[in-house]
Amino acid sequence: MKLGVYICHCGVNIKANVNVAKLTKFAEQLPRVRVARDYLYMCSEPGQQLIKKDIEEHGLDRVVVAACSPRMHEITFRKALRSAGLNPHCLEIANIREQCSWVHEDRMKATQKAQKLLAAAVSKAALLEPLEEKEVEVTPAALVVGGGIAGIQAALDIADTGYKVYLVEKEPSIGGHMIQLDKTFPTLDCSACILTPKMADVGNHPNIELFSYSEVVAVKGFVGNFEVTIKKKPRYIDETKCNACGQCAQYCSIEVPDSFNLNLSKRKCIYIPFPQSVPACYVIDPDHCRYLLTRDCTQCLEVCKQGTNAIDFTQKEELVEVKVGTIVIATGYDLFDVTTKPEYGYHLYDNVITGLEFERLSNASGPTTGEIIINGKKPKDVVFIQCVGSRDKTVGNEYCSRVCCMYTAKQAHLVREKLPQATITVFYMDVRAFGKGFEEFYDRVKQEGVKYRRGNPSEVYRRGDRLVVKAEDTLQGELVEVEADLVVLASGIIPNKQTAQIASLLKLSQSPDRFLLEAHPKLRPVDSASDGIFLAGCCQGPKDIPDSVAQASAAAAKSLIPLSTGKVIIQALTSFVQESDCRGCGFCVEACPFDAIELREVKRGRRVLEVASVNEVLCKGCGVCASVCLSGAIQQKSFADRQILSMVAALGEEYA
Amino acid sequence: MPEEEWKRLVTIGRERLFPCIQCGKCTGGCPIALVCKTFNVRRILNEVLYTEGEEVAHNKDYLWNCSACGTCMSRCPKGVDPMEMVLTLRSVLVEDGEIPAKVRDVLKSIDVRKNPWGMGKDSRTDWTRGLEVKNIADAEVLYYVCCTPAFDQRLQKVPRAIVKAFNKGGVNFGILGLEEVCCGNEIKRLGDLWNFEALREKNLENFKKYPIKQIVVTSPHCYNSFIHDYPGLDVEVKHYTQKIDELLTEGRLAFTGEFTKKVAFHDPCFLGKHNQVFDEPRRILQRVPGLNYVEFDRCRERSLCCEGGGGRMWIEAFDAKDRTANLRVREAIDLGVEVIATSCPFCLLTLEDAIKIGRYEERLKVMDIMEIIDLVLN
Repeated sequence: MKLGVYICHCGVNIKANVNVAKLTKFAEQLPRVRVARDYLYMCSEPGQQLIKKDIEEHGLDRVVVAACSPRMHEITFRKALRSAGLNPHCLEIANIREQCSWVHEDRMKATQKAQKLLAAAVSKAALLEPLEEKEVEVTPAALVVGGGIAGIQAALDIADTGYKVYLVEKEPSIGGHMIQLDKTFPTLDCSACILTPKMADVGNHPNIELFSYSEVVAVKGFVGNFEVTIKKKPRYIDETKCNACGQCAQYCSIEVPDSFNLNLSKRKCIYIPFPQSVPACYVIDPDHCRYLLTRDCTQCLEVCKQGTNAIDFTQKEELVEVKVGTIVIATGYDLFDVTTKPEYGYHLYDNVITGLEFERLSNASGPTTGEIIINGKKPKDVVFIQCVGSRDKTVGNEYCSRVCCMYTAKQAHLVREKLPQATITVFYMDVRAFGKGFEEFYDRVKQEGVKYRRGNPSEVYRRGDRLVVKAEDTLQGELVEVEADLVVLASGIIPNKQTAQIASLLKLSQSPDRFLLEAHPKLRPVDSASDGIFLAGCCQGPKDIPDSVAQASAAAAKSLIPLSTGKVIIQALTSFVQESDCRGCGFCVEACPFDAIELREVKRGRRVLEVASVNEVLCKGCGVCASVCLSGAIQQKSFADRQILSMVAALGEEYA
Repeated sequence: MPEEEWKRLVTIGRERLFPCIQCGKCTGGCPIALVCKTFNVRRILNEVLYTEGEEVAHNKDYLWNCSACGTCMSRCPKGVDPMEMVLTLRSVLVEDGEIPAKVRDVLKSIDVRKNPWGMGKDSRTDWTRGLEVKNIADAEVLYYVCCTPAFDQRLQKVPRAIVKAFNKGGVNFGILGLEEVCCGNEIKRLGDLWNFEALREKNLENFKKYPIKQIVVTSPHCYNSFIHDYPGLDVEVKHYTQKIDELLTEGRLAFTGEFTKKVAFHDPCFLGKHNQVFDEPRRILQRVPGLNYVEFDRCRERSLCCEGGGGRMWIEAFDAKDRTANLRVREAIDLGVEVIATSCPFCLLTLEDAIKIGRYEERLKVMDIMEIIDLVLN
């Protein structure tokens, strides 16, 4: 066996703290090492050429690179090995940067540690075995979870490329939060006007199958071959027959709070969320329908019978299975619950409202047909309070919600437009106008006479029939009590309440802020850590509309890669079972987070035994099975016990 | 002592303030800032951050204005505790001897008599005259009276009513009698960490001496101290409103009389904001037959402090144009209530003062919840 060792300076990153010349000399005398070299940047083209040339000239069959973390360049060096005709898994990396030069100050000790890390890698490299990677076919279809603007955009982009898309939305209509907004900042486009064409495209697209009022309940499989179970909740209305004539709602006698208008108005028990809903189909609210609860009302049924006869009370919940190659998650956000900040009195005063409630109030199709009317009156003094539930450790939201500064500026503008005489005060901590056209818009709003006062208000209370917002104007250094008859809380955004559920369903991680975690914060911002699953929009972190759309298109492009190549490579680092050692205890089956192991019957002589068996396509190579196996029968390739123990032994040696 | 050997006992711990973003939510909620322009907690934090030495505390009379109500602490979005910093700065002043005369009297009284009121130790049990009260040696629940209701003649009605109610409810309770010493809540908040430490040791020693199963206190200030400042104490502590509410719920106590007045409850800061005990006092009042219960607009988490905490019972605010207790009483008048009910000896005293100042005696009274209970428990 012939080993080559390649030690990287990483500029000064490694060299400054590790004596690279000494390390190279040390490597030369390690067993089986034929050649040892150091170089300024091993990952560079000339650096890789060094390795390739040595493989060809010296006939190396194992390569050790002492450099940065394998997370950074393992793939780079594997490619170099492959192009020189060596199996890419004959590579071992000693991390002497993140785990050595960066974290130690004493150069001598760091060099000693680097020697140990290198000796361990060399001893393991001698035990490495070539591994084969497998290719599997990809189902040419995608699943998009969530029908807000991000999900809509991702679905349209994938579908336009010619692939089948299943779009799943839990509400009766797609549109998400964007369809509830009035105008959008900073351009003041009407939100619904720019969204509804896209919604209609989704409804009409030959490649999109829309599952509205539905939820994903199970996902099995892996990149290229996911099997998804979708639960369709009964609408009690036949989507193919309903023409949204609305007769049914006119006859329905039950009124309930309208959740689309955030309960600021009422709707009927049989309803369409909003006029431009997609699908344009009514739905019956099962919690309030008198027929469904007590069977004592059939008003809607009777009137519909004279029309399209679309109402069908026999509908049941339905489970549908679909197969897809990739998945885009676009489950969006929820509004921060402002009642957890009792000092603002949202739970007590009708004229303290959230930012989203303001959107409905200001919207022409909202409860007041767009007039700013609260408690039957037009407010004279309006106060906006920023950062409610954002940048707030006490409620577990340390992050900035990124949209509130600008939506507040926009709402202040709308108040100015609709109530020219009103005084408008915005209390802020810092104004974050970072996007394209944002600062200009902020300037414009101030130009319009909106007062910006720096200070985070501490409480709202009643004085007579008016509200008082008490704050310190921190620029003046004085306590102020500003009277108001409308207070708008710029409520921050939090991950959709089903995010944890989605995360556990798809084995995705959440970052400490509870949003879904991307694979790399800089370089893989739309990938999840699971192959074939991508993130779009606010499920990954607070975003405005253009950022959500951009991320959705990016996620679509990423998810199209496996679909268009038609094949995915299944990684070779899976676990494997030495059947003769397996006792069939099943611990590994229970421990496997990917359901990749099952017990299988085998004949041994005249006896039939159960032994563990690994599905290599499902196995992610996490190694949990190997760690729980009592007999050492299940091992992970390239991390087998004998390979790891040889490293441990090498780490225990003392080197000069 | 040579100068280089001198080492300060109190360090401020500036690093606790590093997360502060100067948003002003502390000052915005500060009740003292309402009546005193020079007291600005946010600015104090900024000054501490801008400087190096502990001497930043010097020459700031307004540091004695803080009533330790905890509003700033409960509102800070960054989890900083501005109140604690103000109290730490007081400790620097106590260490350096820069203490207002009235505070000095209190600390001296604590040192000598173990109560802040300058009262003789042997008069601590005067309030029990004519009542049957066991010593804790023969009981399992300790009723910890607190100095203020024990010595103040106006307030003695409260522990007397508690004793009657507990007897009626069959609580096997006793008191420490002359052995009781101050809990130290206010002493710690006046910055005297050393006297507080001595009180804590004495109290823990007392509590260990007897097989105590539960401690019930009169004052929210003692409640707060035992809950937060006595890490070694592993006995359950209850405020009397919690205990009475429990007795009522279990049916061991029942109201028979009527109290036909319009009543609002004033949340004591050390019960509410500091310890989130909001519901029990309200539940008790709402059970009183005939009582017409209303809420102050500023109630619960937004309740207005009476300025009786943080040692402010003994010292007026510097530079103040008014007292918050006066504002509170005016709110009660506007609300048309006949009785402000509360459950804290200090709130009772400050509000009663404010009623006299406003000349509202004919229209408004302040009563401890126990005084109301006493009238309806026959």
